[in-house]
Amino acid sequence: MVAVDNISFRVEPNEIVGLLGPNGAGKTTTINMILGVLAPTSGAIAIQGVDISRQRGRALSYTNFAAVYAPLPGNLTVEQNLRVFGMIYTVANLSYRIEELLRQFDLVRFRQTKCGVLSSGEQTRVCLAKAMLNRPQLLLLDEPTASLDPATAREIRTSIRDFVASGAGGVLWTSHNMYEVQEVCDRVLFLSHGKILLEGNPNTLPQEYGKESLEELFITVAREPLTLESN
Amino acid sequence: MRFSRIAAIVLRQFYLVRGSTSRLLPMFVWVAIDIVLWGFITKYLTAITAAGLHFVPTLLGAVLLWDFLTRVMQGVTMAFFEDVWSRNFLNVFASPISVPEYLAGLVISSICTSSLGLGVMVTVATLAFGLSFFAYGAMLAPFLFVLFLSGIALGILGTAIVLRLGPAAEWFVWPIPAVLSLFVGVFYPLSTLPKWMRMISRVLPPSYVFEGVRSVVAGRAVPARTLAVGFGLAVLAILLACWFFVRVYRYAVETGLIARYSAETVS
Repeated sequence: MVAVDNISFRVEPNEIVGLLGPNGAGKTTTINMILGVLAPTSGAIAIQGVDISRQRGRALSYTNFAAVYAPLPGNLTVEQNLRVFGMIYTVANLSYRIEELLRQFDLVRFRQTKCGVLSSGEQTRVCLAKAMLNRPQLLLLDEPTASLDPATAREIRTSIRDFVASGAGGVLWTSHNMYEVQEVCDRVLFLSHGKILLEGNPNTLPQEYGKESLEELFITVAREPLTLESN
Repeated sequence: MRFSRIAAIVLRQFYLVRGSTSRLLPMFVWVAIDIVLWGFITKYLTAITAAGLHFVPTLLGAVLLWDFLTRVMQGVTMAFFEDVWSRNFLNVFASPISVPEYLAGLVISSICTSSLGLGVMVTVATLAFGLSFFAYGAMLAPFLFVLFLSGIALGILGTAIVLRLGPAAEWFVWPIPAVLSLFVGVFYPLSTLPKWMRMISRVLPPSYVFEGVRSVVAGRAVPARTLAVGFGLAVLAILLACWFFVRVYRYAVETGLIARYSAETVS
């Protein structure tokens, strides 16, 4: 079992990078390594130039994440969760920042609601609000819209694009929704067997490899990666 | 160490306790029941035994002190279990919080919750059964301090065990005080124990406290060296528990256990 292998990439400021690949390709493992909860056996990870293995706390203070498999504690209210994590990320003017995020993610009416009773879409919005508390230079989003209806997913995509447009930082985004990837990402990385097989603009990459759509290219990467490696 | 990160862990615990009867009541109810139960036992023993035997300060006082240690330990483990039960590991350990900050948050949470329990125990024992801490004199503070340090060490050890073995391992943690109570002589002098048990007692800091309690009640002085050994062992126990937690945490990061915690093992 090899969990990722030879991966190497950068996320530039104000850039949304899509990390794509079939299930088991190593996307979540890669994100876990960037988040410092899984140590790589070799290689290095730096966030804003800070090596995570040497200065874990400082490196992680530049980042934040939201993932469908990491909901916030359901026994705390939305505001309580944001306050606790805001303190952990040492956010300045925390009360003001919480109000900003509650408005931005349409959570004002859920302020005193326990996260555990929110719908999955509402919980995702709370996770995103938490992920943006510290205005991270690197925002990691692991399938953030996986459980959302199309309308809510669009709102989330807009929020992420606004976040990047504001100059706050770059985003590493994983998704299996190729329409979404094309709409949101500036650049995509196709991961296969721990290696970056393809890299480029999601709107032009399919044509470069003779495919009609990004989805078709994805399927080829998943099923016949060797045919692409020879290109 | 950033104070706000430590305060965040304490605040989280405050939010949970404040909003939950099932968390708040056990802090008072079980210790109160324990003191009432042992209070009546000591009254009965005092009634049927010869005059001059002081069961209240020896037996009831010892139960109170042991319950205090247990509450300190549970204060640490319960605050940790909140992250286990709410599957919050990824959010916490993928944040900038460091292990010392996280453990400090658990310890301060425990100080708050165990102080409440101690207050209730002292009130019930004093008002209902006439236990007077004046019986222990100036030794009370060092006795409590050594037990507090021991409880913190056990709490950190318990959290490390659960971090390493998974959520189901919390059942290893709950009986730890009961097992230790056999060796530290809460209810009887260490001389009662067989030799092999006494050898274990010598490395357990609470042993020195309970031997000291019996000395004070019997009107004998507690040698400063005895207390110093108890204190030194308690500090050593905390250092060892922290070292063990850090080792387990590093193992969990190296193997990906934190990210896959619900699987209990990554092999």
